[in-house]
Amino acid sequence: MNILVCVKRVPATGGTIVLTADSQDIDTRFLGFTISPHEECAVEEAVRIVEAQGGSATVLTLGPDVASEQLRDAMAIGIDNAVLLQTDGSDWDAYATAGAITDAIRTLETEAGAFDLILFGNEAADTGDFQVGIRVATALGRPVVSGIKGITAAGGQVEARREAAGGGWEVFDLAMPAVLGVKEGLNLPRYPSVPGRLRARKKEIRTIVPTRRAGGPAKDRLRLPEGTESQVEVIGQGPGAAPAIVELFQKLGVLGR
Amino acid sequence: MSILVLVEHAEGRPDRLSLEALTVAGSLREPVEAVVIGRWSTELAGGLSGRGIGVVHVVDDPRLAAFAPAARAAAVVQLAAARSASTILAAGSDRGNEVMAHVGAKLDLPMAANVTEVLGGDPLRLVRQRWAGSLLEEATLDAPTKLLTIAPHAVAAADPAPGAAPAVETFSPDLTENDLRVAVARRLEPDRSGVSLADARVVVGGGRGVGSSEAFAELEELAGLLGAAVGVSRVVTSQGWRPHSMQIGQTGMRIAPDLYIACGISGAIQHIVGARAAKRILAINTDAEAPIMSVADYAVIGDLHQVVPAISAEVRRVTGR
Repeated sequence: MNILVCVKRVPATGGTIVLTADSQDIDTRFLGFTISPHEECAVEEAVRIVEAQGGSATVLTLGPDVASEQLRDAMAIGIDNAVLLQTDGSDWDAYATAGAITDAIRTLETEAGAFDLILFGNEAADTGDFQVGIRVATALGRPVVSGIKGITAAGGQVEARREAAGGGWEVFDLAMPAVLGVKEGLNLPRYPSVPGRLRARKKEIRTIVPTRRAGGPAKDRLRLPEGTESQVEVIGQGPGAAPAIVELFQKLGVLGR
Repeated sequence: MSILVLVEHAEGRPDRLSLEALTVAGSLREPVEAVVIGRWSTELAGGLSGRGIGVVHVVDDPRLAAFAPAARAAAVVQLAAARSASTILAAGSDRGNEVMAHVGAKLDLPMAANVTEVLGGDPLRLVRQRWAGSLLEEATLDAPTKLLTIAPHAVAAADPAPGAAPAVETFSPDLTENDLRVAVARRLEPDRSGVSLADARVVVGGGRGVGSSEAFAELEELAGLLGAAVGVSRVVTSQGWRPHSMQIGQTGMRIAPDLYIACGISGAIQHIVGARAAKRILAINTDAEAPIMSVADYAVIGDLHQVVPAISAEVRRVTGR
């Protein structure tokens, strides 16, 4: 099985978001970066499938040079190859991103044959567009389904399942080559080992400079939602607060009977 | 020109988020038409009176009985062309976002997901969610057909008003093999045990401060006494202390209990977006400056390993449980 995983570098925000003075971006000067959560599981899944069935796994991202950190994170847990679609670090909307990834997949597949499976995160943690994987699959003429939390790939078919709205699971059967948008909970990603990290540091990253398609939505500015902060009432310190807490439960009517 | 709204439903009962999308559509000063797809759509069409809809288009093709995202999108695309729709709206639900992404891909037009406000104009100015609503983006959409999904609970669904029932028309889309190749093939039943996190009136949440898998027994005891569900933050599942199905947050469950008791949870934005629909939040934390305090209504400053067992003991004393 040859698998491609598309990931996004996103800031690791903590308790608050701080914007830059021009309101165009998150102020990331004091933040680390990570692979967007759904895609961490996509990376892990690709490694597991290749470990079990053979083949190779490739990770791809669109972003600035420093996004190679996330590609190396993926290689540190067992991804074989990495591709960087190099940008100047400005925001690419979902429409432009999907176009660039489609172009890159065509190039990579012309050289080395089709990917049996292409994995995307269901949506990026930061921009939350819910569409890049579906656009790429449609452009490539491949079947695609989103929200996937369980994958069984064998014999040219992939069984993909996702949580159904009213509980339980919806199961889809797709003929490979296929595209899946996956969600966190698909698996529990492993932590990289030290030898894994050292190996990843020495690996080569293929760089492609993508062409940006116009026509996507234009970001005007970012702002924080209003009125989400509350006034906190400190009920007490330590275990001595227990009687006051139980009184509160009674007042809120959550103690029952 | 008209606005076409995709109305999702469960066995003929309209989905609440779709009613919210209809409410947004009704504020845009263009005729509103609805499309309903799959079994039960005829029953649903009859129940959409008083929601400002001129025409309900029923797509009751037997091939669409099982949910098939690309086929649904094909039906919406063809209908929108037939009706010269200026705008297509759907709910920002998992299915709504999925079908609209397919619509965008088929039309090769941009799609704005989880819009909270449509400001108007052409190009269309709008506000949409980033970071699951922890951040808002003001954006401009320049396209011959505007494709939007409406963020859950960005507006309240308007109550139906007295008025004429909408006209009901059937629409038969041309569906290709490719459109139909991805569809729900079968369903697996849920494994149900304990109080469901989604429906619980009280949720006891544990974060990094719980410290270990074993220490969750303290939270589970309190939850048992209160008939509450136990939820966790992301660090707990990535440590393997509890399964992902218990995770509250941007990449987990959204909860809406009467009371959320957040124990040893610092309050990263990704966690808070999953819990902000709670009516009240009680934070138990050693750090009085933790971000959770800025969204909590009540707080106890202290070590959860002392505070939570003390609360359980007090509940037992008061209730005799």
